[in-house]
This record gives sequence, structure tokens and C-alpha cells, in this order.
Amino acid sequence: MFLTALNRKLLRDLGNMRGQALAIALIAATGVITYVALLSVYESLRLTQQSYYETHNFGDVFGTLVRAPRSLEPSIAEIPGVATVETRVVAAVTLDVPGFDDVVTGRLISVPANRRPRVNDIFLRSGRWIDPNRPNEVIASENFVTAHGLALGDQISAIMNGHLRPLTIVGVALSPEYVYTTPPGELMPDDKRFGIFWMERRTLAATFDLEDSFNDLALILDPATAPAAVLARVDQLLEPYGGTGSIPRELQLSHWLLESELDGLQAVGAVLPILFLLVSAFILHMALVRALALQRPQIAALKALGYNNQALGWHYLKWALLIGLGGVVVGILAGVSLGPPMIEMYNVYFHFPVLLYQLSGTVAVSATILTLGAAALGATVAVRRAVRVPPAEGMRPEPPAHYQTSIFEMAWLPGGPGPAGRMVLRNIVRHPVRAIASIAGIGFAVALLMTGLAMYGSFEELLVTQFSAAERQDVSLTFVEPRSEKARYALKALPGVIAVEAQRSVAVRIRAGHRQRTLSLTGIPDTPRLRLLVDRHGQKISPPQSGLLLSKHLGDTLRVEPGDVVTIEVLEGTRSSRALTISGFVDDLLGLSAYMNNNALHHMMHESAVLTGADLLVDPAYTQMLSQTLKYLPAVAGVAFKEAAREAFRDVIAASMIQMMGIIVLAAAIVAFGVVYNAARVALSERSRELASLRVIGFTRAEISFILLSELAFLTVAALPVGTVLGWGLMQSIAGFADTEVYRMPVVFSWPSVAWACLTVIVASACSGLVVRRRLDRLDLVEVLKISQ
Amino acid sequence: MTDGSTNGKVVFDVQNLSKVYQMGEMEVHALREVNLMLEEGHFVVFLGPSGSGKSTLLNILGGLDIPTRGRVMYRDMNLTDTNEGTLTEYRRRNIGFVFQFYNLIPSLTARENVALVTDIAETPMRPEDALELVNLGNRQDHFPAQLSGGEQQRVAIARAIAKRPSVLLCDEPTGALDISTGVVVLDALARVNTELGTTTAVITHNAAIAEMADRVVRLADGRIAAIENNSNKRQPNELHW
Repeated sequence: MFLTALNRKLLRDLGNMRGQALAIALIAATGVITYVALLSVYESLRLTQQSYYETHNFGDVFGTLVRAPRSLEPSIAEIPGVATVETRVVAAVTLDVPGFDDVVTGRLISVPANRRPRVNDIFLRSGRWIDPNRPNEVIASENFVTAHGLALGDQISAIMNGHLRPLTIVGVALSPEYVYTTPPGELMPDDKRFGIFWMERRTLAATFDLEDSFNDLALILDPATAPAAVLARVDQLLEPYGGTGSIPRELQLSHWLLESELDGLQAVGAVLPILFLLVSAFILHMALVRALALQRPQIAALKALGYNNQALGWHYLKWALLIGLGGVVVGILAGVSLGPPMIEMYNVYFHFPVLLYQLSGTVAVSATILTLGAAALGATVAVRRAVRVPPAEGMRPEPPAHYQTSIFEMAWLPGGPGPAGRMVLRNIVRHPVRAIASIAGIGFAVALLMTGLAMYGSFEELLVTQFSAAERQDVSLTFVEPRSEKARYALKALPGVIAVEAQRSVAVRIRAGHRQRTLSLTGIPDTPRLRLLVDRHGQKISPPQSGLLLSKHLGDTLRVEPGDVVTIEVLEGTRSSRALTISGFVDDLLGLSAYMNNNALHHMMHESAVLTGADLLVDPAYTQMLSQTLKYLPAVAGVAFKEAAREAFRDVIAASMIQMMGIIVLAAAIVAFGVVYNAARVALSERSRELASLRVIGFTRAEISFILLSELAFLTVAALPVGTVLGWGLMQSIAGFADTEVYRMPVVFSWPSVAWACLTVIVASACSGLVVRRRLDRLDLVEVLKISQ
Repeated sequence: MTDGSTNGKVVFDVQNLSKVYQMGEMEVHALREVNLMLEEGHFVVFLGPSGSGKSTLLNILGGLDIPTRGRVMYRDMNLTDTNEGTLTEYRRRNIGFVFQFYNLIPSLTARENVALVTDIAETPMRPEDALELVNLGNRQDHFPAQLSGGEQQRVAIARAIAKRPSVLLCDEPTGALDISTGVVVLDALARVNTELGTTTAVITHNAAIAEMADRVVRLADGRIAAIENNSNKRQPNELHW
């Protein structure tokens, strides 16, 4: 006989309470699913990223400049700590893609004809390397090719330094530099309107008058070299050549965005499952307290037979651990099956050559330990209390419960709540902790649902704040190089253009003590009309008259406050450096920005009204015509149509968000059902004798159901406002964890999402109530009353 | 009152034993200054009305309860000056219990209920043998709910004796049974007493059962009212009530 009699008892007892055991195991499983799914996806992405970076020599330091001779390369290579140097020619172009009317911008990056790049090598998905003898060949980024349905051999044309030139796609590739690809100045991908192209160096250099020169640089450092010293030396070397400040890998745009997403994923993966596990621990506790109360005479008998407290404690602890283990198995299996589709979802924005899904032992083991720990935690108190009862006392019937008139009854309307209502109230008052715990459990389900449902609202809010409140232009464009005031009038003369607002941005480095950040400083007119400054609530912020206005998040990064003085180093033109006072923060939603008054910026740059780009308000009837015109304007480096950008972003996000919301809603429904079902079963087992007595006296089934179910209804209704408040807190804390430099999701409290959350929980509660009601209908009156007291 | 007339080996030596329960503001004296000795291999019946202290005395002898005052020696072991762990160990090694309401584990079969004890005992008999001894060899795989009251009580007896305890303590073993079933249960107890030599103490308020005992201890109001030696033991099937 492999099983001891005690273990047989364990298995049979579990079988008898399988409904409750299943409900608890499912809640534990939802915790494990979120934990395993989020963290395994995180680990898989992290691993993919690392191996991609390693195999394709992703750079450690990146720099851009106006133009430097290649003879400078040895000097750069001699900087202590630099292992590999790759200089490049990079150019912005506008493209004409057959069958696509909108303006498309592209980035051309030079690659050597006879070898692979030493830094930032590309992964050739299909096709072949460029033939040095065919100057029009390019390798195109996979996301662009896929978005347009292009094939190898297809042709597109580009305006390169003022000349229209056909380009033939001979290869399709991905690059570690563009895992996340965004058009210049944007944070959201738009694969139809922006593409990366790799071209043979000599051709590209010749076209942009950069023969034997470079305007872009990527370095790999020796391991254990701190980038800071190298960055300073590189900047020193490049400064005479128009260097705009080198950056470490951490600030490289694609890497920065990817890291931000991974950090958020890891943070949420660590927080959310803990909440689930705590709820399941609490339900397990409630269920065990009751189950053990029913086992009181059995515990006493086992003690009389010579079983000690440790043996009995372990026996009942195993009960909890087995349920927890059930949750772990279901959770890991479901989490693993959810992983690959989630990875696919990430592959929509992050482009890796291969995305391998794997569940690491660490995640599986830690999920198991956490869950079993939560189960043990939930069970310990209940078990300890149960086995402590001396056996002689345990064999006597439990003393009648002590009830009292509750203050709620006294406050009742004349006539009182009636005997049934009184029973409900007194029972709740008798177990205040249990009632509060049930309310908290159901409230958690409401909170979770609210959070899930509000995600879409947050996303919409982000879109509205960014695209309606802040950006009122229809088109924004950037020039290849800064233009004079005349360009503004030229733009005004284009078809359909109603208004033009000049944009001036300057590459700067902001220093505050030893903290620094390289970014573009944007000039803001006295009264901006097309691009407003708004905070995360959509409130307009007055542009600064003097000093600097920073994103709140940038202020936090630099550890500065309004009134503090920072140093601005201009990385172009005059290359001057000056101290500026921070006049205020804007608590914005996207990216890290720095603003100053347009005139003050011109003054600082010792220039007249120069513009680097412009925002246009366009008559919708002329959009098409304008698009066609802009395509062929040599001075224009990039064009963004706001509506198109917004839709592209929405398409990308919506699908994944709906999937995520579905998971959260399902998890929350399971929690709600589990909590209520368990509370109902506990109430039923405790009170079956009392309810049967009422039936014997002459109460109808409906009447005794009322007593049991109205208690559950009371708990559910009480949990709704509690859950709403909890939900608000949960949304805030998740938003806090998910706050990154890239975006800050606004917390949106909307009554419809509260209403849906409450309704879902009410339905889940009603379902579990009905399941218990069926048991109540089958109550065997004679049997219940026969049980000896 | 002391019983001084002992011939065999003393199993229990009880001196000045008192037990007071606190019931709210009231003190209930369950036992008052009880003195008693029980000898090895005897079949002793404790007689008395409800509330006379029989069960309290039995629980203290079995290590399920501790007295308020006084001393209980089990052979050389002082049961009154010890901790819960030692009492558990004491029960596990020496004592078999039979209760009025059987206290079987409903989720285990007859054999498995007996195995609960044989799993943790040092030199147990096989569960099947224990059940055979109470004439339940053919009902081993039945769950308690599938057994009659008398059968359930005999499973409880088999469970109690399977570890070969030196003492068997029975609290109203026939209290919930009719006469013919009760006789079968008593027969099982008598058989255990004679065949295994187990010292057996039976609590009852049924005076007829006293006729099968070696010794009868009468309790009233927490005190020992009388102790009688029975020289004319009857067989259970000769009893009438």
C-alpha cells in the first residue's frame, strides 16, 4: 500500500470539496498565468535581444555629425576603450512608392560593398548583398517591404540630394539598430510612411557629396569600458566637424524604446500576479477555516489515536499545497500556451530576425514557490487554530455561536429587517473579518476589471491629448537643413495650405551636475496655434517667456526643479554653452522634451528667424495634391500626416490591447466567481443545519435561498464601491510602474468602465450564487438534522 | 475513598484527582478527590448517571484531558506532570479509544480507518486481522456510511486494538446501539480482553454491562461511590437489559 490511510483521507476529502478546490486553484492559476506569461515573454524578448545584439555587433556608442574626413577614423580608433569603429553615410530622403499616394520618408544608410558592416550588421532575411557595380541597388527594411507588399526586384524612387533616382530592392533585412523603427521626431512606428534602406557606400557618399567622408559613426567598446570617457573624447574629436553629441547605447532610440517596454513588462509581471496570489491565499484561508471546522471531531479522533499536532498540521497543510499545486500546473501550462501569441503581438512593433519563446526554469520554479508559499500562508493560521483544540474538547459539539443584535438593526427603519434579514445581518456582524475579507476579494475583481477596461480609455486619452489637444496641425515636415524665413512663405504658397507655423529645433546637451541628456531643444512661438503645450490632462500650458520648460519626466531624470539652473551646450552652429533657468515643467505623456521661447532660441543661436521644419494646417480637399507636391520638394527631408500617423498607431496598438484586455477580464471574472462561490459554499456548510431547520418549520426553498443568497448579495454590493476605489489605486500604481521615458499612460477614470466592471462581477456572483442555490435545493432535511451534535 | 485491595500489576494509580470546568461564571466540579487503582488485564466497568464524572475520568486516564489537581500514574509514568507531546506519544503507544459515536473518518473505508492506527504504531497487527477479531472480515472495504451502527462501533474497536494497546478505554460503546447489536460489540470487547490480555475500561450507565466486568466502579457527583469485585463474570450473550 503506497498511500497511508491519512493520505487517502486527504485525497478523498479534496475530492469531496472539488468545487471549492477548483475555484481556489483557478484563482491561483490566474496569478501563475499572468506571472508565467509576462515574465517568460520578458525573458524570451530579453534573450532574443541579447543574442541579436551580440551576433550582429550592435554598437555601444553612436554619433552624428555634419561631415568629417575618413582620415579621422584612426584617431577615433585610438581612443582608449574603443574596439571597433564603423563610419557611415546616412541620409534622409523622400520616397515615391508605386501605388501609394502619401509622402514616404526613408533613411539611407551606407554599407561597405565588399564586406559586412563591423558594427550594426544587418540580418539579411531574403535576397542578396548589394552588387558594387550596380549603384541603384538597395536592401530594404523588412517591415517597410511587408507593409507595402513589395518583393525582391521591385523599384521605388527617392529624391536624393535634389535628384529623383530609381532604387531596386535586392534584399530584405533587419537591423539591431531598428528593432523599433520610428519616423524621425516621432515615437510611434509607421511602417508604411517610413523605411530604412541600406545602400553601397560609394554611391551614397557621391550622391550627398560625402566622398571619403562620413556623417555618422558607431563604435563597439572593449568590455568593461565605461562609455562616459569615450563619449567625451569622441565629442572632442567630432566637434570641429559638426558633431551633434555622441550617445551611449542606452539612449539609442530603438534600444531606448525597447528597454522601456521590457522594463514595463517586467514591472507589471512582478506586481500583478502577487495580487492574484494574495487573493487566492485569502480564499484558501477562508475555505480551510470552514473545512477544518467541519473536521473538528475527526481531528479530535485522530489525536486520540495518537497523531500529534505536527502530523495533523502537515496533513491539512498538504491539503492547501495540493490545491496550490493544481493551480501551478494549470497556470504554467496556460501561461506557456499564452506566451507564443503574446510574443507574436510584440513582434508587431519590435522586429527581430527570430523570436524564440522559452520558459526558463527560474520563472517556473519561482511561480511554483510563490504559489505554494501563498497557499501555505493562507492555510497556516487556519490549520494552527484547528489542531490546537484539545481532543477532549474537539469531540464535544462546538458551543453555540455567540450572536448579538447588530447596530445596523437598530438603525433600521420602523418594522425592522424581519427574521430572515436579521439572520443575514447578525451573521455578517458575527464574522466581521470574514465579511471584510470577502468584500476585499470581490472588490479586487472589480478593481482588476476596471483596470483592464480602462486600458483602452487610457490609450484613447493618450491619442486625444497628443493628436487633438496638443497637435493641431495636419502635416508636419522637417527640412534637410535649416532654412531662412523665406521658406515659410514658400510653404504658405503650396496647394491647400491655410496656415504655417515655423519650427526651430536645435540639438543640445542639457547638463545638471553630473547628469546630462542629449536631445533637441524646441522653440515655441509666443502664441503657438498649431502645436500647443499640454499636460497629461489635456490642459494648455503657457509657453515659457524666458528660461526652459522641461517634460516633468526629464526634470526627474536630471533631478532638477523649477528655478534650478542647468547648462545648455548647443551641439550645432555656434556650439555655444550657456546657463539657463528652468522656468517650469510640463507633465506630458510622450517622450522627453525641452522647450524655450522661439525668439530667445534664435538669440541664443545668433541667428534670424531660421526654421528647421514647419507645421501646416491644410484644407482637407487638397491633402492629396499637397502630398504629391511635397514628395518632390528637395528641401524636405520628412513629412508626417497626422491623421495617417494616428491611424497607423491605433492599428498597431488596438489589436494587442484588446487581446490583453480579454485576458484581464477573464482573470477578473474567475476571481469574482471564485470568491463568491467559495463564500457561498462556506456559508452553506456552516448553515445547512439551520436552513434545514427552517425548511422543517415550514419555510419555502425560496425563503431559505433568500437568507443565504442575500448575504452574498450584500457582500457583493458592498464590494462594488470598495472595488471602485481599489481599482483607482490599482490603475494609479500600475501606471506608476509602467511610467517610462517613452510614454506615461494617463489614468482615466470613466463611469462606463466602472459600470461594466460592476456588472461583470454581479453576473459572476449571480452565477456562483445559482450554483450554490442548486445545492440548497437538494438539501436532505432528514440527514442534516440527524447528524449528532 | 481508596481501593487498597490489589493483587496483580497496577496499570493506573489515581490519587486525589479533581477536575473543575469553568463554565462562564460557574465552576463545575466534574471530579472531586478521586482515588483509584486499575490492574493489568482487568475488565473494569465505570457505572454512573450523566454528569457523574465518568467521561472526565476516562479522558484523563487516556491523556485527552488534564486534571485540575491530583496525580495519575500510568505504570511509572506521571500523566499529570507532562506536556502535550508526551501525552500524544503516550496515547500512541499505550491507549486504544472507543467512543459512543464511533468517530470514524467518513472518507476512509473500514480497513483504511484501522490503517490510520497501524500506519503509526510500532508493532501493529494487520488491519485485516483486527477486523477479523471483531467479525468484520467481510466488510473491510465498506465506508462508514455503508455500515450499521454496530458495525461502525466494531470498526472503532478494531481500530483501537490494532496497535495492541495495553489499555482499551471505551466511552459508552453501546450507548447508541440496540441490545442485540450492543451484545455483539460487547462480545468483541470481551474477546479482545481475554485473547489479547488488554486492560479494558468501559464507561456506561447501563448496569447490566457490569455483570461481565472483573470490577465495577460506581461514580456519583464526581466521587467514587463504590467499588465492587465481580467473582461471577457473565458472557455478553447472557446479559439482559
